Amino acid sequence: MPYIPHTSNDLVQMLRTIGVDSIEDLFDEIPKDLRSKLQNIPLGQSEMAVQQQLFAKSLQDGTPLCFAGGGAYEHYIPAALWEIATRGEFYSAYTPYQAEASQGTLQVIYEYQSMIASLTAMDVSNASLYDGASGLAEAVLMAVRANRKAKSKRILMPESVSPVYRQVVETIVKNQGITLELVPYNQRTGTIQVEQLDAQLSKPDDAFAALIIPQPNYFGSLEEVHQLTDWAHRHKALVIAQVNPISLALLEAPGNWGEHGADIAVGEAQALGIPLSSGGPYIGFLACKQKLVRQLPGRIVGRTVDLEGKTGFTLTLQAREQHIRRSKATSNICTNQGLMATAVTLYLAFLGRDGLQKVATTCALNTQTLMHLLEQNSDLSFPFGQGVFHEFVIQLPVSIDKVLSYLAQEDIVGGIDVSPRKSSTEQKNWLLICVTETKTEEELQFFADTLRSICQQISREESS
Amino acid sequence: MSKRIIDQNAEPLIFELSDQTRQSSSLAPKTGSEQKNPLASHLQRKSTLDLPQVGELQVLRHYTRLSQKNFSIDTHFYPLGSCTMKYNPRVCNTLAQLPGFSTRHPMAHSSMSQGIMSCLFDLQTILKEATGMQQVSLTPMAGAQGEFAGVAMIRAYHDHNQDTLRSEIIVPDAAHGTNPATAVMCGYTVKEIPTNDQGDIDIQALEKIIGPQTAGIMLTNPSTLGVFERDIKHIAKLIHQAGGLLYYDGANLNAILGKVKPGDMGFDVIHMNLHKTFSTPHGGGGPGAGPIGVSKRLQPFIPIPIVAHNEQGYYWLSEDDLPLSIGRLSAWMGNVGILLRAYIYALLLGRDGMERVADYATLNANYLFKRLVAADFEMAFPKRRASHEFILTLRKEAKSYGTSAMDFAKRLLDYGYHAPTTYFPLLVPECFLIEPTETESMADLDAFIETLIKIKTEAKDSPDLLKEAPFELPVRRLDDVKAARELDLNFYHQE
Repeated sequence: MPYIPHTSNDLVQMLRTIGVDSIEDLFDEIPKDLRSKLQNIPLGQSEMAVQQQLFAKSLQDGTPLCFAGGGAYEHYIPAALWEIATRGEFYSAYTPYQAEASQGTLQVIYEYQSMIASLTAMDVSNASLYDGASGLAEAVLMAVRANRKAKSKRILMPESVSPVYRQVVETIVKNQGITLELVPYNQRTGTIQVEQLDAQLSKPDDAFAALIIPQPNYFGSLEEVHQLTDWAHRHKALVIAQVNPISLALLEAPGNWGEHGADIAVGEAQALGIPLSSGGPYIGFLACKQKLVRQLPGRIVGRTVDLEGKTGFTLTLQAREQHIRRSKATSNICTNQGLMATAVTLYLAFLGRDGLQKVATTCALNTQTLMHLLEQNSDLSFPFGQGVFHEFVIQLPVSIDKVLSYLAQEDIVGGIDVSPRKSSTEQKNWLLICVTETKTEEELQFFADTLRSICQQISREESS
Repeated sequence: MSKRIIDQNAEPLIFELSDQTRQSSSLAPKTGSEQKNPLASHLQRKSTLDLPQVGELQVLRHYTRLSQKNFSIDTHFYPLGSCTMKYNPRVCNTLAQLPGFSTRHPMAHSSMSQGIMSCLFDLQTILKEATGMQQVSLTPMAGAQGEFAGVAMIRAYHDHNQDTLRSEIIVPDAAHGTNPATAVMCGYTVKEIPTNDQGDIDIQALEKIIGPQTAGIMLTNPSTLGVFERDIKHIAKLIHQAGGLLYYDGANLNAILGKVKPGDMGFDVIHMNLHKTFSTPHGGGGPGAGPIGVSKRLQPFIPIPIVAHNEQGYYWLSEDDLPLSIGRLSAWMGNVGILLRAYIYALLLGRDGMERVADYATLNANYLFKRLVAADFEMAFPKRRASHEFILTLRKEAKSYGTSAMDFAKRLLDYGYHAPTTYFPLLVPECFLIEPTETESMADLDAFIETLIKIKTEAKDSPDLLKEAPFELPVRRLDDVKAARELDLNFYHQE
């Protein structure tokens, strides 16, 4: 019996204590006509048999050379990280409601909050959200609650934000009367421009609650964050910075954007020690200025003292949350991503400031190396120029579907198709490529060579 | 004065172990150390970056020591009602971390994804069978997001039928807090209905508030009161007759796995907490996974992506296949690593094992219930059969000895037991919601009962032992008021 330790003698004694003849009698309050058995589910198997099946399935997908990013990034994970994170005391603990019995998890989250606040140059962070996309939705809801002056439920959403992020935000906020107004990006730079934003407002004092600024944006390009932040603040709107945490070792932190800094910083922290794992579990981070702390959704840990004056940690500001406020809560969010927050904390502790800077710098240098290699291939073009962190777009001369499929046959994940959905001829076959610190020079050369020969091969096939 | 040379419990913050002149170790890449920031200078970071600089062994020790300050299933009994804290089999973690699974990028070509997609497809099928629903979407990343998806689908259904005057969601007074919070996030107002003295929904009260404005009802069954809602078929009929839909909160699915299916009770949409019933780790508060299942009428609105299968193999259903879908809830396809753990657990258990889950979870709960009644503890619903959990009220003890349920909870910690859920549901005074789960042995249950009896004696003889507890943990009772008034949330930024 899997994971059920009862002996037959235990069962007899327990039934006798309860005063029933069989376990079946314990279900006598369920109407008989509702009862049914499970079908079409296989019978239980031994651990060895299950392991053999799962080994086979995991080998089926292989471990390809990966150049895809777009919000999910391959980075080296220190060997010790998941050994510690999956210790039973972290892995199998519950949400730290009983603070005295959860000081380990609580102190880790306090450290996590401090590290995220430091990375983003914000005052406070929550204990994490599900992922970057749903985190952006929570940031939008938070901005609408917080910006009472604007009395607007309108959010300016650049098209340089990931399209899947935009879809998730739409799904989550649409039932609350919030409108997401798309801001087109400049076709030359792939970034948003102040002139475009000015044009977006029907009159100069047209109110909106917040502007979202992605940095780096979905195409890998760098937005003029200082200028954009000041523009939004001049219009009495809040600024939501959507950022990549690794890039913050090199790029200015949201708290220092423009004259007054962004108001909310949000993003996906998977890059900090969490495996790609097909897209989850990941972790959304959300940090803000002190004045917005009561609008933060999700768990927050505070440092306090016990009745002997000794330092300890506890969940705080719980009056915002669903289990207390019910229908008046800031969000319905209950769980955070505790284990993922533990992993992020461990990653930043192992790497430190110096290590994170080395990782980020190596990503940027490797990316430049690959761009130089691809520049030599005259069939490729760079629609948005080359001012990037670790991702960039190239335009392929042939069908992107074929290229990705042929690369897959060479055991390479070539990148992501980012051609706009209703694409004109100029906007076809856009491939978003990501290079991190994990790639060697040989691998970059191999990728450039393979891409060249595959494009040539497809071009020959198409012309014959 | 303390005889201890070292306070074993004190562990500084990682930041207090840092020396900014220390260089990083072999964990960082060798290249890039002497390189200048290669990005556009006006966008470069000029503000200081405060992160700790600590040696690898010291980091490892710090977090190992912190872990030892936690209670966890691996170290302690956790009779936490409504949370299903059962054993998380180690093999589920080991296999989910295989390189083929853990290094796969979510956008990898489908030809390199057939292994993982077959696992997810099979899990969809298993969950569909276990709950009696027509289709399952695995994407919601936690129970609360599953709830959101469910109510958003109810709304999409009514909107699609141009039935736009439905503005209310009905929720029992004993419901989880996420239920009303979710209804509001979906743009509904919440109507609470009372429960009768037997723990069933007050049908007369329900009949009075059902009407053309009713969008749906959110129920847990067995309910949060630890009893099976016996009138469920009648409730389903009333709601459906009024044009509303029924939402099933799957928090208590462990109690009925293989016994009765939510689909057969008349529910239109359900969420499952895989971190409860399918034993994926709680991780100190997440990640969870909250797949949803739908009846036929809600099928067009199901969130994407979903794994489908044809002769060519497995593929994703997207907005092109499901144009009425409520959309995406996560950037990719939900918490795949957690879904994989649940799938592995389901393979290990099989249908035979799943039926035993409900059997032994219910057996353990009813055994505790009977023995605690015999020890003169008061039950909230003494005449009812316990499901996989039950409510005990300590109001007599509170009145006689001045010891609250929280005091009992804190004293239990001293004896090495995680406290049961306290003060939930809100309508039972001084309550404990106790859920032992099927993975605890009779001997462990007996020891827990003896401890509760002992604490009750302490409450009578020396109530301060309870009121001042815990004594044996890394910290004594914490000052929550100070924590909320003098916010200290960030080491680097003190108010």
